[in-house]
Amino acid sequence: MNIRLLWRERVLIGLLISSGVVLALLSDVFLTPANLLRATRYAAEIGLVALPMTMIIISRGIDLSVASNMALSAMAMGLLWQRGLPIWPAVAIGVVTGTLAGWLNGWVIARVRVPAIVVTLATLAVYRGIATGLSGGTGILGFPESFLALGAGTVAGIPVQTVIWIAGIVIAAVFLTRTTNGRYIYGIGHNETALRFSGIAVDRIVLGLYTASGFVAALAGMIYAARVGTAKSNAAAGYELSIITAVVLGGTSLAGGEGTLVGTVLGVLILTILQNGLTLARVPAAMQDVLIGTVLLAAVLTYRERPMRKEVSAQSTSQPAPRRAAGRAMSDPENTLAAGEERRKP
Amino acid sequence: MRERGRELTIVAALAMLSGYLSLTQANFRDAFTISTILTNAAYVAVVGIGMTIVIVAGQIDISVGSMLAVCALITGTLARAGVPMPLVVLASLLLGLGMGALNGALVAYLRVPSIIVTLATLTVLRGAIVWWTKGYWVMPLPPGWKVLGTTHLLGLPLPVWIGWAAVLAASILLAHTVFGREIYAAGSHPQAAQLNGIDTARVTFWVFALNGLLVGLATMLHVTRFSMVQTQEGLGLEFLVITAVVVGGTNIFGGSGTVMGTYLGVLLLTVTSSALTFLGISATWDQAIRGAFILVAVTADIVRTGQWRQPVGWA
Repeated sequence: MNIRLLWRERVLIGLLISSGVVLALLSDVFLTPANLLRATRYAAEIGLVALPMTMIIISRGIDLSVASNMALSAMAMGLLWQRGLPIWPAVAIGVVTGTLAGWLNGWVIARVRVPAIVVTLATLAVYRGIATGLSGGTGILGFPESFLALGAGTVAGIPVQTVIWIAGIVIAAVFLTRTTNGRYIYGIGHNETALRFSGIAVDRIVLGLYTASGFVAALAGMIYAARVGTAKSNAAAGYELSIITAVVLGGTSLAGGEGTLVGTVLGVLILTILQNGLTLARVPAAMQDVLIGTVLLAAVLTYRERPMRKEVSAQSTSQPAPRRAAGRAMSDPENTLAAGEERRKP
Repeated sequence: MRERGRELTIVAALAMLSGYLSLTQANFRDAFTISTILTNAAYVAVVGIGMTIVIVAGQIDISVGSMLAVCALITGTLARAGVPMPLVVLASLLLGLGMGALNGALVAYLRVPSIIVTLATLTVLRGAIVWWTKGYWVMPLPPGWKVLGTTHLLGLPLPVWIGWAAVLAASILLAHTVFGREIYAAGSHPQAAQLNGIDTARVTFWVFALNGLLVGLATMLHVTRFSMVQTQEGLGLEFLVITAVVVGGTNIFGGSGTVMGTYLGVLLLTVTSSALTFLGISATWDQAIRGAFILVAVTADIVRTGQWRQPVGWA
């Protein structure tokens, strides 16, 4: 993996360490291995889903349906198990359900070309709604120990889901930084039109991204159900916002083309540490939300400083609008000149 | 005339749905049912007007639910402290305006993307208000509290009339004033708007401020119908409102859309919700159907207008 860190990643590491120090001073329990490992159980759910989310946001898309998909997959698994299917086949079908749900998002986005935010806003309601409708509003309890181990067990002292998360990070990092399709994701976010003209199967990559997001969300849904011991329709409600917060905190730009998995992992860790440490320090949950929201805004404001200065001198293409103009310029030579002149002026 | 097409489609859907319900369910024809539907739609519509304007300007505001909770709980507390109702209403409007201006300043002048700003204020405002009230509901409220929400004029509750007035005023603002046209310009091509001498930052700021003001108004239309204010007031409102705006034909990327479309979208969602009750379908399916609505409406729109070639994603 690349050891060079970006400016905002250094900011994040500083933030992570300083909040760790403050929280350790506020509570004796915080800086114990047992507590930190327990905290990663929660981090793993957010962190897993944040991996494909980072790639989707880099590609200038968004997936708001992930938390609903977590609930839907877990509900499908729970209902099948309740009706007599052995637990692991039920889990497999649950994961397939989530993957198909993700594929449906991707299909509508890539083939029908409906904006991702609209599609996934709709499926956020649809998937959660189906989960609620199927459950009739009640949860499913009493899963076997072997399944609950997914959420409460350990491997060599490390929580099972944390191991899964670390494996996920490695796979995602290799894909995003070391494969051609992974690099194309940045291209899609920067200038999709250019990639299409280069003969790259943009639609197939986009479809793959949302399908992967569905698969990972389903996996996280299983882990969630195993951790809390219940499959319920309101599972993971609001997680989509935590996940997107972590990704944005990690420095991925919602305008696309920019972002790293290192940043996302740091974002997830900071969110988790804040929630865990502040709870131990007896800060009310509501006050924690205030702090986390403020940290998000402050971090994003810090990131803005450097790129903005660069923008003035080099007219970088990180702003969405000039890119839109550049895309249009392909069919309109007059615009190309105008855009080029504008770039040369400073 | 794309918007008109969408509006007619919704009117047709509304007519078919209500026609079917009126023929099969005697209760649906009840004046009370119609009045209830219109009243439920009123406050969502007022928030929807603000959201339409924000989205037309090329921005988004997902903090409306939290802003509504802040307005509701603070005004409830003021009313309990004996502040006269007209001042309570004024406080709600000013609070909304203030919070909207905060969003607007962060987006327009510090140039943080609106989805991040409002994601943060969604969390911060809800957290702050729950922390401040310690999660307790505000009750009991003085007798004057429910006057606004329960007074009837020509057979319909006051909130319905205020909602209609707001829809009318906002339609005129968007279609027939300089500021309104600047909003469309800023939303459809910010650079071009800027080159034409429109101060897009100023437009953005006022769009958010106006949205906050409308949330303040909507709060008053909503909470004065009940005798208590809950801390979870407005939870998930942003999704409901954005659904209505999108179903109503507003382009999620900005530049086009009408307030009338949004109002019809809100009505369609509200009628559908009550239709489920009448048809004996469990309310647990409400959310799934609502989501399917957006998907069908937007897909149909894209197929109908042949706009297949727009880039994937959003920014």
